[in-house]
Amino acid sequence: MNAIKRYLKSFLLLELLRGMSVTGRYLFARKITVQYPEEKTPLSPRFRGLHALRRYPNGEERCIACKLCEAVCPALAITIESEERADGSRRTTRYEIDLTKCIYCGFCEESCPVDSIVETNVFEYHGEQRGDLVYTKQMLLAVGDKYEKDIAAMKAADAKYR
Amino acid sequence: MTQHLIALWEWFPVWIQMLLLNLGKIVILLVPLMLGVAYLTYAERKIIGYMQIRIGPNRVGPRGWLQPIADALKLLMKELIIPSRSSKFLFLFAPVLSIAPALAAWAVVPFTDKLVLANIDASLLYILALTSMGVYGVIIAGWASNSKYAFLGSMRAAAQIVAYEIAMGFALVGVLMAANSLNLREIVLHQQGGIQQWYFLPLFPLFLVYFISGVAETNRSPFDVAEGESEIVAGFHVEYSGMAFAVFFLAEYANMILIATLATLMFMGGWLSPLDGLLAPATFALPVVGAVLGNGLHWLLFKVSFLLFCFLWFRATFPRYRYDQIMRLGWKVLIPVTLVWIGVMGAAMFLTPWGYLFH
Repeated sequence: MNAIKRYLKSFLLLELLRGMSVTGRYLFARKITVQYPEEKTPLSPRFRGLHALRRYPNGEERCIACKLCEAVCPALAITIESEERADGSRRTTRYEIDLTKCIYCGFCEESCPVDSIVETNVFEYHGEQRGDLVYTKQMLLAVGDKYEKDIAAMKAADAKYR
Repeated sequence: MTQHLIALWEWFPVWIQMLLLNLGKIVILLVPLMLGVAYLTYAERKIIGYMQIRIGPNRVGPRGWLQPIADALKLLMKELIIPSRSSKFLFLFAPVLSIAPALAAWAVVPFTDKLVLANIDASLLYILALTSMGVYGVIIAGWASNSKYAFLGSMRAAAQIVAYEIAMGFALVGVLMAANSLNLREIVLHQQGGIQQWYFLPLFPLFLVYFISGVAETNRSPFDVAEGESEIVAGFHVEYSGMAFAVFFLAEYANMILIATLATLMFMGGWLSPLDGLLAPATFALPVVGAVLGNGLHWLLFKVSFLLFCFLWFRATFPRYRYDQIMRLGWKVLIPVTLVWIGVMGAAMFLTPWGYLFH
């Protein structure tokens, strides 16, 4: 009996009509497309976008060249060279992130003891030539200077969960 | 100016006049058809987008209305790549072979009672012959490309067309029996007298079979195994680019419009109004209302658009058939259904008094 019922159902195309009624209903449903350049979705404070090197309020760079981020980086995207500065502190002379290697895992940010390297919520950047996406220390510091307010706000918003 | 033109016209020999007149008619027929094809692609993207709760193309021009034109320009400017070990003549000939029947078939399509390019008596046969020609384009494209995926796609297309051509032909035999004519115009005129006279009611199974085989014949989803991008990249047109690809594209959509138009003519009363014969004749004499409700080209266009919408609706709804399932459906379901219904019709017409149901 069930077999006959099933046979009739598929022979009379009832299942197909059910499917078509679903798509027919969705034809009039509210569309959920985000019109990207004009509309944007909200970003989490933990969003992992473009990297930045931060400074202390007095302008001193935070990075102490401990190389924890270089060690933890699973994609080997970070290259650090360091030396002793005149005042006796250890600082980086070279800090490069190859963004074409980076997998945006956020481990560098997690490992940093002084909150120097962070990932901002900037994701709209590009390079026009090969090598443009190897970000040097100057570029990373510049990103940090430019977005310091955003970075601080994001850190503050996420602080109570850390 | 006008006199000069008339003088020039009369100076031409008669055969040139005939040639120019016919060329003019062809242009008048094909330009709206090509525009229809262009905007069918737009409608397809929009409608499928809407069914997937997306918006679809909306960037080129107001609400995306210029999208098909941008697409056409893009394809025109692209390089035409010919595979080095292909058969070059056939490779370039295949798209032509696939679009030529799709366009030539329009010669016998009656748009209204009087508006038809060639009102020939065997127009149904002509249509059948030409729509079967289209698959040669696909087969030759697959063979000439010298690519295994293209070849697999064209083999699939060939087997599929053989199966569905038969079901389609049998469905048309039913129409033929009902209308007693092979002339498309007369088939439509036989359906006069309101929606209850249209053949899709007495020939409902045949209508469904015809429409399903039509979808299969044009290689549209859910029967698009000839393209089957999840299995064989893009099927028969993997190696095509630029304008040659665009011609295949045009042929597919022109075929869709053709199949929808034929279904309209043979099963849904063509240009006839569904209210024809149901309302008082005085209603049709009214100035504007009468023209809208009465018979006319607009009804044909409306019905064709509805069927085309169904094509897109199917594509948005159904997953692609597996290849062996297509063969099973064609040979073991659709062909028996048509045969049974033709038998029922024949028996009713000749042995019982209920034959009038099918006339």
